[in-house]
Amino acid sequence: MGIAVEGAFKRFDDFQALDDVSIDVPDGSLTALLGPSGSGKSTLLRAIAGLENLDAGTVVINGKDATKTPAQKREVGFVFQHYAAFKHMTVFGNVAFGLKIRKWDKAKIHARVHELLQLVQLDGLAERYPDQLSGGQRQRMALARALAVEPQVLLLDEPFGALDAKVRKDLRTWLRRLHDEMHVTTIFVTHDQEEAMDVAEQLVVMNRGRVEQSGSANELYDHPANEFVMSFVGEVNRLGDDFVRPHDMEIVHDPDHRTQEGMVQRIVTLGFEVRIELVLSDGTEIWAQLTRAELQRLELREGQIAYLRPIQAKSFNGSSPSTDGASTPHRTPDGGDAGLPAAV
Amino acid sequence: MTPSAPAKWGLRSLAFGYLGLLLLAPVGMIFFKTFEHGLAAPWEAMTSPEAIHAIQLTLLMVAVAVPLNTIFGVGCALLLVRRRWWGNPIIDAIINLPFAISPIVIGLSLYLLYGNDGWFGPTLTEWGFQVLFSWPGMVLASIFVSLPFVVREVVPVLQEIGTEQEQAASTLGANGWQTFWRVTLPAIRWGVAYGVVLTTARVLGEFGAVTIVSGSISGETETLPLYVAKAFEQFQEEAAYAGAIVLALLALTTLLLMSVGGRRAKSSGAVVPTAEAPIPISNNKEGS
Repeated sequence: MGIAVEGAFKRFDDFQALDDVSIDVPDGSLTALLGPSGSGKSTLLRAIAGLENLDAGTVVINGKDATKTPAQKREVGFVFQHYAAFKHMTVFGNVAFGLKIRKWDKAKIHARVHELLQLVQLDGLAERYPDQLSGGQRQRMALARALAVEPQVLLLDEPFGALDAKVRKDLRTWLRRLHDEMHVTTIFVTHDQEEAMDVAEQLVVMNRGRVEQSGSANELYDHPANEFVMSFVGEVNRLGDDFVRPHDMEIVHDPDHRTQEGMVQRIVTLGFEVRIELVLSDGTEIWAQLTRAELQRLELREGQIAYLRPIQAKSFNGSSPSTDGASTPHRTPDGGDAGLPAAV
Repeated sequence: MTPSAPAKWGLRSLAFGYLGLLLLAPVGMIFFKTFEHGLAAPWEAMTSPEAIHAIQLTLLMVAVAVPLNTIFGVGCALLLVRRRWWGNPIIDAIINLPFAISPIVIGLSLYLLYGNDGWFGPTLTEWGFQVLFSWPGMVLASIFVSLPFVVREVVPVLQEIGTEQEQAASTLGANGWQTFWRVTLPAIRWGVAYGVVLTTARVLGEFGAVTIVSGSISGETETLPLYVAKAFEQFQEEAAYAGAIVLALLALTTLLLMSVGGRRAKSSGAVVPTAEAPIPISNNKEGS
């Protein structure tokens, strides 16, 4: 059950949008397709909806092979980044569209539409036209329209991408709650890792038409399969062949066999968090994330020499981001903190 | 930079003066001349059997050519914008042909094709079809000269609305036909309306091509523009002016109907074309 895509390929002229992609989305889950633009995440979503035909591969929705099924028969709800509102119809007309196509009778349509408008908090605006709504309202209308026909799966293509930051945050909390109530299998596409981690139970990280890794937010953050995933799901510093998260970095005044010397270039205070930018002797630029208390204890100043100690670092076999390099955290002999060897 | 007040008024007067001299004065003159001695004379001229027949024939041209060109125009625009095909630039160029060729030449070419020595003429005559010097030939000429307008108006609107609304309709269960009637057509109706107005005006006023294929036989193959021209040549000025007025009123009625429809379309947020002029389409637009 749920959605399963197997061995999907899709080429647009000279651009390989999907290059042997397989994903498995559990029934009733909320999954995010995460990746930079051009990674193939939207193409994959559109292929699941039937809006794009695959060159090869299969799409199975709730146990039925839907590969050859046209979009109109797949029973998916699709929400577009730019709403795709029917501009010549009222909010009511938009939400009722799928029901009118299914030839429901008038009274039933009326009841169902108002039920949905209540759900998306647009009940007073049924007679408005999309032009008279804000972006957030339009997107909620589009969501109500998609949900009206009780789709087997709900697909959202960068649903909050065109909205401003505040509305985005509200809407994603709201989407999360909506999903908890409805339990319809949902996939949403985003390039924003924070949004993906905030909303989704499962993340699928894509890059250059391939799936780099999938798993829960914690799995991806703590055990990234490769450099690409590590740097896409969070901030990262590179020290030779090793990758260190800025919060996995200690700054000390006394050097030892595990530290590296650096000069403090800039100290940026961002509320609770402090960002220390350093330059190493070989010219590498690095930043460490400290708390304000730590900064006060260390009494760091710009221009000062300090010593950097990675608490935890990862290296991947091969530096190409598209190879499946296994992560190998370094362990110190005493089994305590994982750390970097002294000399790099 | 905003122009100073005198400059602004200067420019406005210039615009009005130019339009007044070139457009309003001649048209106004016709109205003045027609009703100079009251309503009786023009009324009499327009109720003569020849005049009534000319009006009816002109309306017949509109009734046949406009719907055909509208259906073809919308279909063709959909093909050009929504389907990616190597032949699209060729179709696009062919559609512009009526703009490029003088109507008189169009008339001549139809004459050559359907005349007694033409490719189709003898065969059709054998089957009992009279194309030249009869209404079918005139309809052909009318369709030819007014063919590009709907396509040219609808193509930019289709490009403007994009494909997402249509895709949304399909995910909601609509088939191609339902999507066209419920989503695409309402979204482009303003462009279609403009195209219909222009097509109608063109068919109403067509002279050159129709003159040649019709033979201009009074009371038989004479449309209103031909009637006006003949009346003028025969110094029946009253009839000529009155005929011109009727033509102008017919065109104005179409415009009026469309602007009423347009206002309704506007209030519901349909995409309105920004320019009436034909806009060339680019050939490498991505398909659906």
